[in-house]
Amino acid sequence: MNGPRDTDETSFLHDILMLPEQASTMAPEVDQLHYIVIGTTMAMATLIFTVALVFLIRYRRRSESYRPPRVTTTLAWEVLFLGLPLTVFVTFFFLGYHDFIRMNTPPPEAMDVYVMGKQWMWKFTYPEGPSSVGVLRVPTGRPVRLLLTSRDVIHSFFVPAFRLKQDAVPGLYTQTWFQVRKPGRYRVMCAEYCGLNHSEMWGEVVALKPEDFEEWMQQQKQGLVERRDAWPSEGEQELKPALLELETDSRQPQGEIMYASRGGLVEQGRKVAVRKGCLKCHTVDGTAHIGPTWLDLYQRREKLESGEEVVADEAYLTESMMHPSRKVVAGFQAVMPSYLGQLEAAEVAALLEYIKSLRSGRLEPRKTEGPVYGPTPGDR
Amino acid sequence: MDQPPAIAERQPTLTYLNHETTLKSWLLTRDHKRIGVMFLVLVSFFLFLGGLFALLMRLELLTPGPGLMTAYTYNRLFTLHGVIMVWLFMIPAIPAAFGNFVLPIMVGAKDVAFPRLNLASLYLYFCGALLTVAGMVWSGADTGWTFYTPYSTISPTAVTPILAGVFIIGFSTIITGLNFITTVHTLRAPGLHWGRIPLFVWTLYGTSIIQVIATPVLGMVLLLVAVERVFNVGLFDPTRGGDPILYQHLFWFYSHPAVYIMVLPGMGVITETVCAFARKNIFAYWMVAISTFGIAFVGFFTWGHHMFTSGQSTFGAGIFGVLSMFVAIFTAIKIFTWVATLYKGSIAVTAPLIYLLGFIFLLMFGGMTGVAVATTSLDVHWHDTYFIVAHFHYIMVGSVLMAFLGGLHYWWPKMFGKLYPERTAMVCAVVVVFGFIVTFLPQFLLGNMGMPRRYYSYPPEMQYLHVASTAGASLLGFAFVGILVYLLLSLRYGRESGVNPWGSRGYEWYAGSPPAPQNFTSPPQFSDSPHDYSEGGEPHVA
Repeated sequence: MNGPRDTDETSFLHDILMLPEQASTMAPEVDQLHYIVIGTTMAMATLIFTVALVFLIRYRRRSESYRPPRVTTTLAWEVLFLGLPLTVFVTFFFLGYHDFIRMNTPPPEAMDVYVMGKQWMWKFTYPEGPSSVGVLRVPTGRPVRLLLTSRDVIHSFFVPAFRLKQDAVPGLYTQTWFQVRKPGRYRVMCAEYCGLNHSEMWGEVVALKPEDFEEWMQQQKQGLVERRDAWPSEGEQELKPALLELETDSRQPQGEIMYASRGGLVEQGRKVAVRKGCLKCHTVDGTAHIGPTWLDLYQRREKLESGEEVVADEAYLTESMMHPSRKVVAGFQAVMPSYLGQLEAAEVAALLEYIKSLRSGRLEPRKTEGPVYGPTPGDR
Repeated sequence: MDQPPAIAERQPTLTYLNHETTLKSWLLTRDHKRIGVMFLVLVSFFLFLGGLFALLMRLELLTPGPGLMTAYTYNRLFTLHGVIMVWLFMIPAIPAAFGNFVLPIMVGAKDVAFPRLNLASLYLYFCGALLTVAGMVWSGADTGWTFYTPYSTISPTAVTPILAGVFIIGFSTIITGLNFITTVHTLRAPGLHWGRIPLFVWTLYGTSIIQVIATPVLGMVLLLVAVERVFNVGLFDPTRGGDPILYQHLFWFYSHPAVYIMVLPGMGVITETVCAFARKNIFAYWMVAISTFGIAFVGFFTWGHHMFTSGQSTFGAGIFGVLSMFVAIFTAIKIFTWVATLYKGSIAVTAPLIYLLGFIFLLMFGGMTGVAVATTSLDVHWHDTYFIVAHFHYIMVGSVLMAFLGGLHYWWPKMFGKLYPERTAMVCAVVVVFGFIVTFLPQFLLGNMGMPRRYYSYPPEMQYLHVASTAGASLLGFAFVGILVYLLLSLRYGRESGVNPWGSRGYEWYAGSPPAPQNFTSPPQFSDSPHDYSEGGEPHVA
């Protein structure tokens, strides 16, 4: 698809519709359809209303005794007047659905970040270890997949500049992805009402050049939490929530608190697995036990009791922790207890990363299991 | 077919209003007209209460930061605004007030099929409303009118009494629906076969079917939330073993069709007024009748379009998205028909006609933005922003308000035998339509900018649009007070309307204005199709 380019951002329609900047690769495509849909529908509505006004003036009551003729219609006109808008509407739908599928299908090469919403802040955790509150740092030019969950009530991760929104639901993982086009700072807002300070549940995406991001990640892995360079360039507009100011340093991105956890999520996940007793039933070396082995489990195609097949992705693995008896792998007993309410959202993320790390090295499941809707060549 | 029978035995001295005047005769009445009038008084009260909350919210949103009130107060205000407007005003407004009043007359009956149940419906509504208001005085609720779990099950506010109030009102809705369905089936006067039923009755019939099918689901789901809150049973809260998305499915399974419970009767009112004020037969009778049921039916299968970003399957989103487009088509049928009915008519510019134009404007532009939000990829940006707020205020609130006001003015002489001051009413009508557009047009743009709904504070660069929106809301407030004042004054000082001031050929004008206690003194005969202005020509009961 030959997606629209940067020039679009300064277009007349973009300005008159007051859309935010187009910071993600998806944004120009979404906006282009936006212009088409809003342009067409508003033109149709204006036309019909104008006709109504013309009738009103032309046929206003001039005499009380005038008897209007009886007017009815033929089927052909009815079909025409219904067929036309229906065709237009359904076309809109398919154009939009095409984009929607792309929005919901992260490219395989995407880097993962775990996002946890809690009243009233966002926490971001990288598989490599560091996590932060309020600020998500990502490299430009590379797809980023977000795996979202919540610790309490439903939140929604909304980045207007990316035309991106995904609910973070407690007890399950949802996913979305984006790719930032240029370095900058982009506002994150919570879009699902979540209580008292819902309107202050803000965060930021800070997009860095790939090399800056690498450098930052290296520093974080070493635990140098106080050294943070790679700030946005001077004179750039501050993104600041109206109220929430956790920190006084105005140069610091909003509300950021960094955690340096050594060893990363994989190591934490191993500890959680031991502590919660997962390894009593699941092996990590490929041998069969009470439950399926975790070795090479991630992205494996599992046959279920019901005869269906599932791919063991994050959503399935989370569901199996929370509702183990829903999708039992064929050949195993439904003996696993539910971990609903037993596992913190962060612990689930750590477990997922641990399971993902368990690779025998011989298999490369990605090659056999391509996503149905991959990124279109030539788009980036 | 030659001559409509003269049912002119009106008795100007004896009407449903004056044949008994004690308080007891009102409170224990089984007369559908009195019940309709009492509903009218109650829903109007809640319209003003809900409107007051809306104005307070708009005032708070004049500034990006804290202003009039705290976030806690604001959150409770938008919840109560939603709860009151949806369940205490919009759902009962047209069916329970106007439907009750004119439906039996339109089908030529003395009363509805179950007059006692009809009174019970009024009292259930009153009790439910009382409980809701009690919960509001107690501490209010801060969940939003959608009561999304798990927030609604852990919110410290008085959610339970408000849930109970809405639960009880649900029964009132179901009873009224059953009553209408039975009345239409069993009490039609001789000659009123299915091809002659006025379109307002058709829409009420369609609405009643939705009410009877969908409302129990709402009752059930609200009860489950209450059970989770009170008895700590894990149903929707994941920490107790529940599923929060299940709630959304159940809630929207009711609440999407509920949109049509609100809008369909409004479409019926508009169909009546467009015929009456253009003095034309409806352009495509069967298409309007059938599209009512098309909306009612397809409306049951589109609930998932409220959940495009909730994590439901991509395939599911596709199905819900494409079905939503079909609802738009059924609505388009009606809009085309109304506009076509104006063609070659004899159009009287009156207050109801201005509301009619406002209705068409808001329903059409709101409906077109509905097509836009049903386009899945676009909805991702708009979901839960002011764009959605503006969209449903246009299509749902706008149309219900316009139809309510249009019907109120059209049937005011029918109900009370008095004329309202036409010139003043037209000024107020123009202000209402204009105020409504000014209030919500900026909100579409705010949504585009990325202003999420239910926000107490917002980025300062969005302030000017909020100021514009508040200005429009203030206009609305003034206009509504104006309407209230002149209508009440007209009861005392208004000119006598005569039996049929509009020269309408709607069936309800066969009865007197105001109608006699039993509507008709001899069984009416219907021998012409509704709104037939071409043959016979004379308005009913001229």
